[in-house]
Amino acid sequence: MKRFLNILAVALVSFMFMATSSYSKEVKVGVVLPMTGLVAAFGQSAWKGIELAQSMEPTAKDGTKIHLTLLDNKGTKVGTANAVSKLISSNHVKTLIGAITSSDTMAGAPIAERHHIPMISSSATNPLVTKGTKYISRACFIDPFQGAVAAKYVYNNLHKKTATVMIERDQDYSVGLAHAFIKAFKKLGGKVVSVAFFQSTDQDYSAQISTIKAKNPEVIYMPSYYQEIALFCRQARQYGLNQPVLAGDGAEADALIKIGGKAVNGVTFTTHFDPHAAATPLTTKFVNLYNKKYKQNPDAMAALGADAYFIVLNAVSKAGGYKATPKKINYYIRHTKNFKGVTGVININPKTGNAIKSAVIRKVVNGKFVYVTTVNP
Amino acid sequence: MDLTTILQQLVNGISLGSLYGLVAIGYTMVYGVIRLINFAHGDIMMVGMYFAVTGIVAMFLPWWAAFLLSMVATALLGVLVDRLAYKPLRNASRISALITAIGVSFFLENLFLVVFGGVPKAFPVPSVFGGVINVNGVIFPNIAIITPIIAIAFLLILLFILHKTKYGMAMRALSFDMETVRIMGVNVDMIISIVFAIGSFLAAVGGIFWAMRYPAINPLIGIMPGLKAFAAAVLGGIGSVMGAAVGGFVIGLSEILIVALFPPLAGYKDAFAFLFLIFVLLFKPTGIMGEDLERGRF
Repeated sequence: MKRFLNILAVALVSFMFMATSSYSKEVKVGVVLPMTGLVAAFGQSAWKGIELAQSMEPTAKDGTKIHLTLLDNKGTKVGTANAVSKLISSNHVKTLIGAITSSDTMAGAPIAERHHIPMISSSATNPLVTKGTKYISRACFIDPFQGAVAAKYVYNNLHKKTATVMIERDQDYSVGLAHAFIKAFKKLGGKVVSVAFFQSTDQDYSAQISTIKAKNPEVIYMPSYYQEIALFCRQARQYGLNQPVLAGDGAEADALIKIGGKAVNGVTFTTHFDPHAAATPLTTKFVNLYNKKYKQNPDAMAALGADAYFIVLNAVSKAGGYKATPKKINYYIRHTKNFKGVTGVININPKTGNAIKSAVIRKVVNGKFVYVTTVNP
Repeated sequence: MDLTTILQQLVNGISLGSLYGLVAIGYTMVYGVIRLINFAHGDIMMVGMYFAVTGIVAMFLPWWAAFLLSMVATALLGVLVDRLAYKPLRNASRISALITAIGVSFFLENLFLVVFGGVPKAFPVPSVFGGVINVNGVIFPNIAIITPIIAIAFLLILLFILHKTKYGMAMRALSFDMETVRIMGVNVDMIISIVFAIGSFLAAVGGIFWAMRYPAINPLIGIMPGLKAFAAAVLGGIGSVMGAAVGGFVIGLSEILIVALFPPLAGYKDAFAFLFLIFVLLFKPTGIMGEDLERGRF
């Protein structure tokens, strides 16, 4: 009897295995995004972009469906590590998209790396995210480039020679981008008159503002996220600190303008994309469909989310559809060449996993994001 | 550092400290009476902020009406939380009640996440609170002047209620011996409901003032102020209303001064607030104005 049961069990298992392999032609992809928490606006935008991208192209070349599973990391490092572990061990995903911020991505990346599951971040710009890894890639440029673009813009276009840098101490993104800016700005001949620190949970910047005011720099560079920048600008303007504020791609979210109000007018930042400066035919198509579906223009996070999806889809197609192994998918993600994505032409360096692409400068004018210029690498 | 900057930093510290104090007196009030560290206090504060925003943005009320409505609604919510979550555990061990408080905290956070979403919302600041006064280069934001006044006013009202009214007497008696007070014919459940109503009302006041100072609110915003207020309450001597106000001032001032005097340490200023807390617990567990067990509380 026992033997019979054993045989039955083996038969059942093999039948189920056959069933999954022959009937459901799909590849499971895990998505880890901050849908809640401090940077929730980024996660929600990215998810909108990914969902739209999937509805535009739901299947790989051989008809394999991409099955997306979304987990919320709450914008925390612990949340990201948990989500990545769960997606790999319980959901058996073959590829991961996420997370948004550099610190969060760096918390999840070692787990993906250990399990040999490719992970592509849409927007983690800190160079350390992919450093020394074989399975971690990204759809965006890295901070040494972004910081240099900002420094050149301040020095050459705005003709400002002194700056104060506000650094969010517990965010790798902020620390990395600040240092990239400082290095590039000094090289050009600019002077960093002071550096001020704060942390993610801070809402009060009055102490930093009073100190900066005494130093009287010509510009303030604050590579941080939209909420921090909005609150900083509100308080700075209240205290009579009226110098221009510059930032990185973390500034771009509607919440910046909603929270900051008039105080954020003039905030200028480097980012990945502008809907009015279409880079490829896919950009135009994506922007139109996005407007139809969500009644608004896509922001950089949405566009990058879509690009991450398209890069994965492209890699799955090349790696053999539903039969693709994580290793093969990873190979083709890292060998993305001249891919005409939403944010422009994307080339991923197979050795580093970093995308090489152009940056866009945008500015807040009368409560709206306005295109300033595009800077090529 | 010149004199203007030093004075400015002192103003910053006092205004931040009064905000912590305002939140902390509600925190300590509940502890003083029923010996429950209400970890949901910060989240009740968050609820107060959302009620106020809803009043202004969705119900088109003038700001004062919206604020008042939010305070009353939050007070009722506090009573409801007590009735549903804490009352059944009145005679259970203290740790059970504490764990329940953490449960309530998670419940409120996640409920508001579902209802309002996780993206931070802007808090509409009435123009009365938005301006600044400039005295010889030292900037006094209106809100920084109003907050200490409100904090002191509520502190006095609270002390009056506790010491000069019959209900206050019942509360103070309750904090000594619940059973005896019950035998004396006092409606203990009603008194505790009043305590929660006052505590939650104060949380809403604190929340609204917090949101006017930092007008970006999200469902998890209560966590940090809650912890800081807790540190302030313990520093001042938990259970002592006056102590909580003093503790708030001490923590607010020291946070600002750390950032002002040691800029590279600014990224660790929360750590200092909690370091303070640890040292107080080590050397003077009853806090600055801690209870004298012989003479009574508050």
